Amino acid sequence: MRHHGFSSEALIETLHTIQSTFGYLDLEALRFVAGNLRLPLSRVYGVATFYNFFTMKPQGEHVCVVCLGTACYIKGSPDVLEAIERFSHLTPGETTPDKKVSLVIARCLGTCGLAPVATFDGELAGKIEPMQATGKIEEWLNFEH
Amino acid sequence: MNTEELHQIAIDEQTRQRQYKHRLFVCMGTGCLAAHSDQVKQSLEAEVERRELKGQCQIASGGCQGLCVAGPMVTVEPQGTLYQHVQPQDAAEVIETLDQSPIERLQDRTTESFFQRQTKVVLNLAGRVDPERIEDYIAADGYSALLKALTEMTPAEVIEQITASGLRGRGGAGYPAGLKWSTVGKARSEHKYVICNGDEGDPGAFMDRSVMEDYPHRIIEGMAIAAYAVGADNGYIYVRAEYPLAVKRLGLAIRQAQKHGLLGNNIGGTSFNFHLEIRMGAGAFVCGEETALIASIEGGRGVPRPRPPYPAASGVFGQPTLINNVETFANVAQIIARGSDWFTGIGTEKSKGTKIFALTGKINNSGLIEVPMGITLREIIYDIGGGIPNDRSFKAVQTGGPSGGCMPTEYLDIVVDYESLQKAGSHMGSGGMIVMDETSCMVDVAKYFMEFCMTESCGKCVPCRVGTAQMYDLLNKITHGEATLDDLAMLEKLCGMVRATSLCGLGQGAPIPVLSTLRYFRDEYLAHIVDKHCPAGVCNITAAERTTA
Repeated sequence: MRHHGFSSEALIETLHTIQSTFGYLDLEALRFVAGNLRLPLSRVYGVATFYNFFTMKPQGEHVCVVCLGTACYIKGSPDVLEAIERFSHLTPGETTPDKKVSLVIARCLGTCGLAPVATFDGELAGKIEPMQATGKIEEWLNFEH
Repeated sequence: MNTEELHQIAIDEQTRQRQYKHRLFVCMGTGCLAAHSDQVKQSLEAEVERRELKGQCQIASGGCQGLCVAGPMVTVEPQGTLYQHVQPQDAAEVIETLDQSPIERLQDRTTESFFQRQTKVVLNLAGRVDPERIEDYIAADGYSALLKALTEMTPAEVIEQITASGLRGRGGAGYPAGLKWSTVGKARSEHKYVICNGDEGDPGAFMDRSVMEDYPHRIIEGMAIAAYAVGADNGYIYVRAEYPLAVKRLGLAIRQAQKHGLLGNNIGGTSFNFHLEIRMGAGAFVCGEETALIASIEGGRGVPRPRPPYPAASGVFGQPTLINNVETFANVAQIIARGSDWFTGIGTEKSKGTKIFALTGKINNSGLIEVPMGITLREIIYDIGGGIPNDRSFKAVQTGGPSGGCMPTEYLDIVVDYESLQKAGSHMGSGGMIVMDETSCMVDVAKYFMEFCMTESCGKCVPCRVGTAQMYDLLNKITHGEATLDDLAMLEKLCGMVRATSLCGLGQGAPIPVLSTLRYFRDEYLAHIVDKHCPAGVCNITAAERTTA
């Protein structure tokens, strides 16, 4: 916030910084931002919930993002998503009760040449098959610390 | 920095490059990185080290070659050999054979036409410039156009050149860039802004990502020239947060340009000042709309507002603002450097230059292409794209994203320019081009886009917020075999209403996928409604529903 001179236009940048540091935005963080940028909490909350990129829920240890962009859709990403849903009993946006795996859908990851694509903990996998995706999730769920 | 200093950097860099007998460029685009091109680069470097060839052979990072399915890709200069599907264990063989004939195994003759049929203007340095080094760009004549504009041309002459070039906005609408620039130029205000719209929200399109990743300096140069022409002193590049590599490279490029005195105060030793910042989007499709984008830059919810006033009169912080798309700015430097006559030599009468498309879907050579305006869809799909996989037949090509239309076989021979695509019921859009074959259901595709528009609607105006949801419900009924002909009539009525009464392009464009599929594939809709059958076998119409019908 200091970097942006505590001005209200820095709101989105500030929220990005918080989310990349803590993984998600909670009410406490939003209150803090509102206080420092001298904005009503409603405005901060409104912005945080308007944009899909911001999440108010903590993510699991591992995150799987399935792309549902047009090219991926045409090339079978709904099948990939369905396989993951069936296997993990998650619907998009949810995290397993043991907080291990979160399932997220994306509008377009911009690597349509490799459709269908998904990312596993930020690593991009192209031309993905349903079995391959569930295999990865199984690996995560069974991994003991 | 003045022209002589810039020239000196270019000469130094060219000399440095010439001392190498071979230069190998490993693609570091998102697509090739996903195929672990970074490991390929490491093993090539290790191999060069092992053979003590460091002084003769350079291993560099390069940009995207377009054919992401064939990654990781490595270009060998000066021969110009292009290797595809290179694996780390191939490194020894690649280095071994540098002075011999290229390795057959790593080349693919079937994709030759993909590369030969393109005309590269914006992407002309493809793969041979390290996007993270400003010296590479300067050695390729980078920033010479900016200094030429600053020292040899008046702002009015710059605008005149852009107007004469016939450059039109590459974001989709095709508004003449020169006209927009002169409107902002004429506006009277102490501060003006230049914004680069890099919020590529259109699903199935990734041209701007690639240009931002590979040519960050070209965009900065284009924006600086624009700022000089319209009299702006501040600028923003608005990038999607989903493109972390683009954000990183643009940030790096801005710092490099500042260090070299090509951004900041007194650029090129003149009195021209231009300060540039990155603003990250946060996942809202509607922010590609210019007034929503402005709201987002100001730190608010990305909600559009009625126009006029247009951003050219009142944009960011109420000041006159020039907004152009990434690809539009990427064309500017070369128009100034090579002159508008050169640019008007490419393309058709009303659409000049080239257009970058993201060619994806059911197509063999899926990837990023740059073609001259006026090429036919058939040439793109069959010559460059290599046709449809598995010998299936072509059904339709979709351009323009969620507000574009599908064109069937009989339109394969139309030329690609703004007017022809519009006449065919679609539009140029930002450059997504998705090919569908007989296994794609057009009603399902229309439903997909409607679902997209419904969830991305910002909710400000009623026609878009409520209308898209109603249209989605109707399409959903059709794909489940539960609809009647009355529902279809209602859908068509809603299309017209939402199109005519929505506030911004999102709502106005939302019915277009439905209208265009209805225009060309009405029989498919009827098959779902009357016969309770999905011809492509995509929609799950169960036997139970069929018997009750």
